[in-house]
Amino acid sequence: MTVTTMTVNGKSRSAPTEGRTLLVDFLREGLRLTGTHVGCDTSQCGACLVHVDGQPAKACTVLAQECEGAEVTTIEGMANADGSLGKIQQAFQDYHGLQCGFCTPGMVMAAASLLKENPRPSEQEVRHYLEGNICRCTGYHNIVKAIMAASGQQVEAVAAE
Amino acid sequence: MPKDMGIGASSKRREDVRFLTGKGRYTDDINVAGQAHVVFCRSDVAHGRIEGIDTSAAEGMPGVIRVFTGADFEGVGSIPCGWQVTDKHGEPMQEPAHPVLAQGKVRHVGDPYAAVVAETKAQARDAAEAVEASITELPAVINMKDALAEGATKVHDDLRDNLCYDWGFVEENKDAVAKAFDEAAHVTSLELVNNRLVANPMEPRVAVGDYASHDDSSTLYTTSQNPHVIRLLMGAFVLGIPEHKLRVVAPDVGGGFGTKIFHYAEEAFCTFAAKQLEMPVKWTSTRGEAFMSDAHGRDHVTKIELALDAENNFTALRTETYANMGAYLSTFAPSVPTWLHGTLMAGNYKTPLVYVNVKAVFTNTVPVDAYRGAGRPEATFQLERVVDKAARELGVDPVALRRQNFVTEFPYQTPVAVEYDTGDYNGTMDVLEKMIDRDGFAARRKESEARGKLRGLGINSYIEACGIAPSNLVGQLGARAGLYESATVRVNATGGLVVMTGSHSHGQGHETSFAQVVADMIGIPEDQVEIVHGDTARVPMGMGTYGSRSLAVGGSAMVRATEKIIAKAKKIAAHLMEADEGDVELKDGKFSVAGTDKDVAWGDVTLAAYVPHNYPLEDIEPGLEETAFYDPNNFTYPAGAYACEVEVDPETGKVDVVAFAAADDFGNVVNPMIVEGQVHGGLAQGIGQALLENCAYDEDGQLLSASYMDYAMPRAFDFPMFQVDSQSSQTPCTHNPLGVKGCGEAGAIGSPPSVVNAVVDALQSGGFTDVYHIDMPLTPDRVWGAMNGSATGQGAAQPAANADDTTQARSVGDGTTATH
Repeated sequence: MTVTTMTVNGKSRSAPTEGRTLLVDFLREGLRLTGTHVGCDTSQCGACLVHVDGQPAKACTVLAQECEGAEVTTIEGMANADGSLGKIQQAFQDYHGLQCGFCTPGMVMAAASLLKENPRPSEQEVRHYLEGNICRCTGYHNIVKAIMAASGQQVEAVAAE
Repeated sequence: MPKDMGIGASSKRREDVRFLTGKGRYTDDINVAGQAHVVFCRSDVAHGRIEGIDTSAAEGMPGVIRVFTGADFEGVGSIPCGWQVTDKHGEPMQEPAHPVLAQGKVRHVGDPYAAVVAETKAQARDAAEAVEASITELPAVINMKDALAEGATKVHDDLRDNLCYDWGFVEENKDAVAKAFDEAAHVTSLELVNNRLVANPMEPRVAVGDYASHDDSSTLYTTSQNPHVIRLLMGAFVLGIPEHKLRVVAPDVGGGFGTKIFHYAEEAFCTFAAKQLEMPVKWTSTRGEAFMSDAHGRDHVTKIELALDAENNFTALRTETYANMGAYLSTFAPSVPTWLHGTLMAGNYKTPLVYVNVKAVFTNTVPVDAYRGAGRPEATFQLERVVDKAARELGVDPVALRRQNFVTEFPYQTPVAVEYDTGDYNGTMDVLEKMIDRDGFAARRKESEARGKLRGLGINSYIEACGIAPSNLVGQLGARAGLYESATVRVNATGGLVVMTGSHSHGQGHETSFAQVVADMIGIPEDQVEIVHGDTARVPMGMGTYGSRSLAVGGSAMVRATEKIIAKAKKIAAHLMEADEGDVELKDGKFSVAGTDKDVAWGDVTLAAYVPHNYPLEDIEPGLEETAFYDPNNFTYPAGAYACEVEVDPETGKVDVVAFAAADDFGNVVNPMIVEGQVHGGLAQGIGQALLENCAYDEDGQLLSASYMDYAMPRAFDFPMFQVDSQSSQTPCTHNPLGVKGCGEAGAIGSPPSVVNAVVDALQSGGFTDVYHIDMPLTPDRVWGAMNGSATGQGAAQPAANADDTTQARSVGDGTTATH
């Protein structure tokens, strides 16, 4: 066992790791940050998506020790400083972009990466960017709306169409 | 104007805040101090005899606490089945034993035969690799018709054969139906497959068993849609733990779609092992395990025939279905192809005579049970496909043919036992036709054709039955449970209240919508109402969430309990205002006396209930807490009309859904935003079934689609924005207090035939006039094949020249079909 240290949501955090410990297990089991989820074994579903040094990364496919010293942001780090929902999080609530909530942390992290790269994406750009994030509840309809709204674009209200 | 609170308002979901900030508490987030971890050893063959299991090497590995095999479960009960179907001869179905860990034989890929408990998950996984099982592979039966052949290998050696039951409904109508077919002016028939699916909630299943030796009590944390049902099934039938010594907690659950209704062996294992070892035992499914251990859905092969008279009135309907049960009977499996399917075969139509035959078959595959819609998607798909084919054969408009045959007078007694209380099928069809600009379709088709694409429009109706169900009725039909729901409303001294509901929310937003109902009834802010669910220690009783029953049944129980609260509160208010109880009114959280200026606030009454200084103690007890059990007296019947527009690329066979519209009648709607979200999700699963998803076995019973690399989960780019409307044509349910019908499954029920109707329409328009049907999923390979001479879904009636070489062949062997 080694002790691995990284900056998680702005704070230096350490936990013991084995060589095979995945970043997602370091976060969930080592730090008890259970907002990052595991939905598959093959890096397809995106429920585990976090940001490592500003880039989106599937935490089920990254070894914790590779992230020694890295800056990691998880869903727990996405709220405003006063604890209120961040802009993307608020749009997901406003546009009913989540149901069971299990894929949601990955969706929010993916949306943040998308909007950083492409601040005003088209509907098709949003849909294609989410290729690596699977949702089984929403049919993606309201996720797409939420991300469009978070980018400041005009979107029809929910339940008013 | 949309309302801003209470019933009818699109209140934002309170549960979202925790899910959006990573504070959800799912079962895998629960860790009990001192817990051990279990990893199951699962069969990698479809059928095999267990000659011996050598656990000695595994037991010597670091951190290993104990290795269990089937022998450790002798004397422990079998995983029970909750529904006994009686066959057409009046005999009970064949019901095999289902041990927690396999005994004697393994019967499907994924069947667990040993379990390694170790201090860490990694140690358990390492040691599971060291368990040496000697398993002699046996011939496997995968194809249902092979399984029923004379002399076929038996999945269960102690059963007569692989036929679970042969069900006829309504058996007494069989001859009259045959006569109607003899006299028909036109008969349309179709053979089709309802493809095997995997529910795939994004949260894999998890179980944590715990045992407290100081009071001999057990606790199970599990990913369940119905913790009380698990407590009963596991406690009473498997482990022999009385309900007062067993607590089952289903906290935040990351989607269910039916597959988390059932009691699973892993739940029983963790509870059992925790007591044996006197330490908590946790299991977290991998996605790969989920594919081979979560109950699958659908997997029917059907021949359907529709008889019409010379005026195109439907005169009779006849079906023959083979329904795959898999290797064991999952909790509600026998009810799905029978009572949840045969009773819906009249559809929206006044067909006077219906006969449904279902043969349920054991095979060496994962058990099959309810998946979103459960029986009703299978009924709707075959019916709406055969009606579409009839319209095409007769050269009439498919909408006009449907309208001509719609039931228009209610209540309507169908020939398949159920009575529709209310509905307006022309009403939803009118809404749909406005939504889709049907008149503009010809121009849109022309525009597509100019780009080299074929465009098709598919329209259909659907009806389903929700709000399961009257207990006395389902008891007669073989259910081994009552299907009421309960709610307890506990008002606190300062006026806030807690509703403890037996319904379970795993994405449906009950914490918001249920609070809207109670807040509206009393006239207090929604944030004064807390909804508690998912814990047998906090909620007195519950039958759980499935079959779109939560609001219709659970909500009704909550309304009844709240009515009792209001009745008692009025007595207290009458005392405080020195008025007659009959003159007291409650509005906007205030009690008043009609015709006077006397009033008393809700909070003053609730305070008096708990500080009864000025209180009618001689007449009523202090406190303000009431429980109600609600047992419905009928199912509810949501119905609607759906339309799909597709573009097909004739070069590749790729289908793009370019528009999808859904007009639904769910009766009254509590939260339109949530209802729309439920429809969106259902549509995605139905379109996914039609175009993408297929659970495939090869002829040896190897599960070919056991990961997200092999099973095509729908992605965001597979869909357009949906058009949905559940507000414009509403016929409130006549027999529950909220007038609600249920909205959770409609999208998945109504949409598969829309897609297939649309693709057939597109191909017909391109000159492929022999294409009447293509089996789901309509992959590019299958659609291209249909355009290039493969069998096109006429099954045995019109086999392809070389059926085995095509993806249309209804047998396994090429790995692209479901198990038939």
